[in-house]
Amino acid sequence: MDVRLSPEQVALRDSAAQVVDRLGPATVAQLDDAERAGKLDAAVAAAGWRELRTATGDGNPWATAVEVAVIAEELGRGLADAAFLGPTLAADLRRLAGAPTATANETVALGQSLSRLAETDEDVDATAVDAHGASSALLLLADDGDGRLGVITLGSAISGADLTRPVARQDGERMTALDGQTRVLDADDMARWQSLGLAAACADLVGTMRGALTLATEYAKERKQYGAAIGSFQAVQHLLADAHVAMEGSRSIALHAAWAVDALPADDALAACAAAKAYCARAARSVCETSIQVHGGIGNTWECLAHVFLRRALFSTEVLGGIGRNLERVLAARGIGGDDGLR
Amino acid sequence: MDFADSPEEAAFRLRLRDWLADNNPGLPPSSTADEYWAGQAAWHQTLYDAGFFGLSWPTSVGGQALPSVYDVILDEELIAAAAPPRPSVGYLVQGLLEHGNEEVQQRFLPGLVNGRERWCQGFSEPDAGSDLASLRTKAVLEGSEYVITGHKVWTSYSDAADWCLVLARTDPEVPKHRGVSAFAVPMHQSAITQRPLKMINGITREFGEVIFDGARVDAANMIGAPGEGWRLAMTVVSHEREPGELGYVARYGKLVNELVRQVEAAPAAFGAEQRRDLSWAIIEADMLRCHVSRRLSDRLHGVEHGPEGSVDKLLMTEVEQAVGHAAISVGGSASAGGDDTWLRVYLYSRAQSVMGGTSQIQRNLIANRILELPTT
Repeated sequence: MDVRLSPEQVALRDSAAQVVDRLGPATVAQLDDAERAGKLDAAVAAAGWRELRTATGDGNPWATAVEVAVIAEELGRGLADAAFLGPTLAADLRRLAGAPTATANETVALGQSLSRLAETDEDVDATAVDAHGASSALLLLADDGDGRLGVITLGSAISGADLTRPVARQDGERMTALDGQTRVLDADDMARWQSLGLAAACADLVGTMRGALTLATEYAKERKQYGAAIGSFQAVQHLLADAHVAMEGSRSIALHAAWAVDALPADDALAACAAAKAYCARAARSVCETSIQVHGGIGNTWECLAHVFLRRALFSTEVLGGIGRNLERVLAARGIGGDDGLR
Repeated sequence: MDFADSPEEAAFRLRLRDWLADNNPGLPPSSTADEYWAGQAAWHQTLYDAGFFGLSWPTSVGGQALPSVYDVILDEELIAAAAPPRPSVGYLVQGLLEHGNEEVQQRFLPGLVNGRERWCQGFSEPDAGSDLASLRTKAVLEGSEYVITGHKVWTSYSDAADWCLVLARTDPEVPKHRGVSAFAVPMHQSAITQRPLKMINGITREFGEVIFDGARVDAANMIGAPGEGWRLAMTVVSHEREPGELGYVARYGKLVNELVRQVEAAPAAFGAEQRRDLSWAIIEADMLRCHVSRRLSDRLHGVEHGPEGSVDKLLMTEVEQAVGHAAISVGGSASAGGDDTWLRVYLYSRAQSVMGGTSQIQRNLIANRILELPTT
């Protein structure tokens, strides 16, 4: 056991950090700067981070979920408004299905309040997530037998709660089977894919917490009331200390989840990721709320970045199941769950 | 980055698992009943003699110099076997390793590590709690001995201890942090009297008060130099905040597993809110296991202890108190009488946010030393 990041993983983290620090939105106004967002998107594309889960010759992914998590954390911290989660999940589905790599920007469509991969016969409201620049989305093709993937064409991206990662809906009625699928996805495949999505969302939540906490800490050092920096007051210090602790605990459980995706049997991986998701989601809401509170009135205005972190956390929380669903999974994994089960 | 066992670690795990199958003493949950402490010394010695305790400490003091992550394996297997947690003496070991000279280490550490000599810690006083540096117990040199006079409190397991690591003021003239020295004081002498404290969950043997009324200690039993006591205390309390040093991962894992078994045995008896409390306890205990794996991995290139111990302490507290809430929710609060084991687990959990430095003190440390917020 040695759960420190490898030198390669540290280098990957550092390069992701550099990209978001240089090209991510530093202010709310910069979210509207299309030229900047285009440069960020180009940098993410050029780095090849969206292809981490495409298949090598033997069908395994190029990189483990740990590398995905390392990138996701930095993108979350920097509020990156370039697609990563969606294309990564789409690439992993194609890999599991033995299908060729996508030729255009692609994401996945989620159904039932974003809690699972959309199915064509059940999820009329299928939502393509993290859809910036995506023209199509993958989903499960239910009427063609389980385990086959379909492709829908997407309309233009629309803003949901998350101002950095838009969603999109199907454009028209057309749906096609995925070209070149050579493997039918079984229950283990889907459990592992869900694990990847949960682990990536957890890492994004950890990054979001780090970003929100840094924003609030810096503000607390500068903002003066009663002639002193508000960060010198214990009431404020303890809020920020608790936020730091919540972030560190999240980091530990999220790291384990990312490792579990490729290293543990499918059910154990899903259980580890579900536990991490519940923990990180609860922590992230609290940390982002603290960031708003420390900013006082300003924290409740549109111009303060604090709400952009909170909104990003709310979206990550819903991806592949929120707190309630994942608490059920944790119980199911211990043999004391209800009807919904682990998967 | 790998949470999995190396081949050597896997072999160790299997040996340990086999041994635990035949050697679990089946003590009641730690810190909930006086019988636990009565059996703990034997458990310490058995675990050590079998080669499963003191794993990461130097061989010169009876350890095995294994990588620190072996302690995670130990905790995990203790959970799986529903065995008692490992003895919580690591913070004393680290204090003596860092501040004691060779002679002191050779004299005291082997017995502390192998469990043949029992220790307690005399730091806090009635008027020196969070403000530990204001302690008033004094040690005066008379010939080759120091004479110790003062009143200590919260000295865990003092009634069974052979030795007490005492902080005492040796120089009243210098600023308060600089005038404190540390001693290994023999407990078996008539100038020391003890008063057990009955805690809110009914236990009487874990915490006590110790009065030193002219107790004598050989000057050679000073740990570190005169005036080094405060630095030693900071080393000890920083390790005392680390769940990896305390072995509490196993304590929580065992309690959670027992609660899961209760729900498993009678699923219809437990409602949505009880299941929710239990699911959080499961997650919290798991988080701490992951967190300790991370911290002990960070130590693979040597022990460091900094302000992050305060983070660990607050996480450990969060876990203990979530488990405590699940204990009364699922296990029951004995409000109608009957077995009150789970009530005692719950009530003990309230102490975790006080002992080893209150949660408020930890937050101050994090704010000032990690977040680098200004002081007033």
